[in-house]
Amino acid sequence: MLTKRIIPCLDIKNGRTVKGVNFLNLRDAGDPVELAKKYALEGADELVFLDISATQEERETIYDLVYRVAEQINIPFTVGGGIASSDKVSKILNNGADKVSVNSAAVYNPQIVKEISDKFGAQCMVVAIDARHVDGQWLVHTHGGSKPTELELFSWAEKMEDMGAGEILFTSMDHDGTKEGFACEALAEMSSRLTIPVIASGGAGKMVDFKEVFTDGKADAGLAASIFHFNEIPIPELKSYLKEEGISVRI
Amino acid sequence: MIVLIDYDAGNTCSVMNALKRLEVDFVLSDDPEVIRSAEKVIFPGVGHAKAAMDSLREKGLVEVIKGLTQPVLGICVGMQLLCTSSKEGDADCLDVIPLRVTKFDENPALKVPHMGWNTLTNVQDHPLFKGIESEEYFYFVHSYYVPQSSYSIADCEYDLEFSAAVQKDNFYGIQFHAEKSGPIGAQLLSNFITQI
Repeated sequence: MLTKRIIPCLDIKNGRTVKGVNFLNLRDAGDPVELAKKYALEGADELVFLDISATQEERETIYDLVYRVAEQINIPFTVGGGIASSDKVSKILNNGADKVSVNSAAVYNPQIVKEISDKFGAQCMVVAIDARHVDGQWLVHTHGGSKPTELELFSWAEKMEDMGAGEILFTSMDHDGTKEGFACEALAEMSSRLTIPVIASGGAGKMVDFKEVFTDGKADAGLAASIFHFNEIPIPELKSYLKEEGISVRI
Repeated sequence: MIVLIDYDAGNTCSVMNALKRLEVDFVLSDDPEVIRSAEKVIFPGVGHAKAAMDSLREKGLVEVIKGLTQPVLGICVGMQLLCTSSKEGDADCLDVIPLRVTKFDENPALKVPHMGWNTLTNVQDHPLFKGIESEEYFYFVHSYYVPQSSYSIADCEYDLEFSAAVQKDNFYGIQFHAEKSGPIGAQLLSNFITQI
């Protein structure tokens, strides 16, 4: 049976993990490769690296990082952040990443999604969408959720599916950082309207949040950052819990 | 020597990394002579079946692959290309295994691609699966599948049962990405190299 996926997300700046981590047993917790190895060993199903570098110069370091991760990690991983051209996608995939995620660039130029999907296959095209509930409707935001657009979340997700997205990574800005659970209602609505998998992001704080995102939220995968980085919820414990609760997970 | 066929398949780099981790000697090549003289051949593949066939034709590798007599392992689209044809782009494929690759149903309740970790069913007692328990998980990403047949050596269930692994003579195929399936995937690749 196909399992629900648990995906740690690592924020990267200038080739280093930025969110504070407190692993005593890691030689260098700021080294994304060390962290990635730890997560892979613990049973993470995939990894996401989000490059939040501010400058072009810093962004160039991502290729070397992708190469080093791919050398050592034998589970799939996605790279996102600042991807706006198929040349960059080509370089990232050639260095060993399995998928790329595109966010703001898709809003400014939806054709990029079709271009990447046609050239490299839908399986590597993740469209990341940040949205917030504003005056009764979910609106897509760009630039890490800071800039509102007039795009309505669900129709935007449907358009991205039509353009060739292989997966949608939906982050609720309203839930992100609250640790009070995922946006299950919106996720369920999205999942029912799409035929591609949906990755839920934003709001994970407790193990039950993951159970709910897979049952009520109908998500195919759950993504989180800090709860894993600070070891608040160890992945093996989370997966045992989910299994006991009747959710299909890989252990 | 193991030869990995070089035709710009999307997962070439991942397969190379997996072989390096296994400390296997291999070369990446599109040279017919190098491929023909290999001890074993690995045929990767990600992306579109028709585009992949076009690339093989351009490189003059269609007849080379069909004529191989040593063990050949097709991975994902590499497995699908071993079949007669694919519904993806209505592509004529290598016709080594007389099967037609088809697409998962257009069913609104079914997420396609079939993406993620899944277990195998009907796993046969086969050297490729030596030391691998039937409840182990492999990583799948695909929208098209090879139907069950007498060539199946393992199946997988997603909406229906399809072929997760096939064998016909010296040609082997796996739909899942062994190169991305953790230690179990590494075990399977190692089995292809040492047990077949």
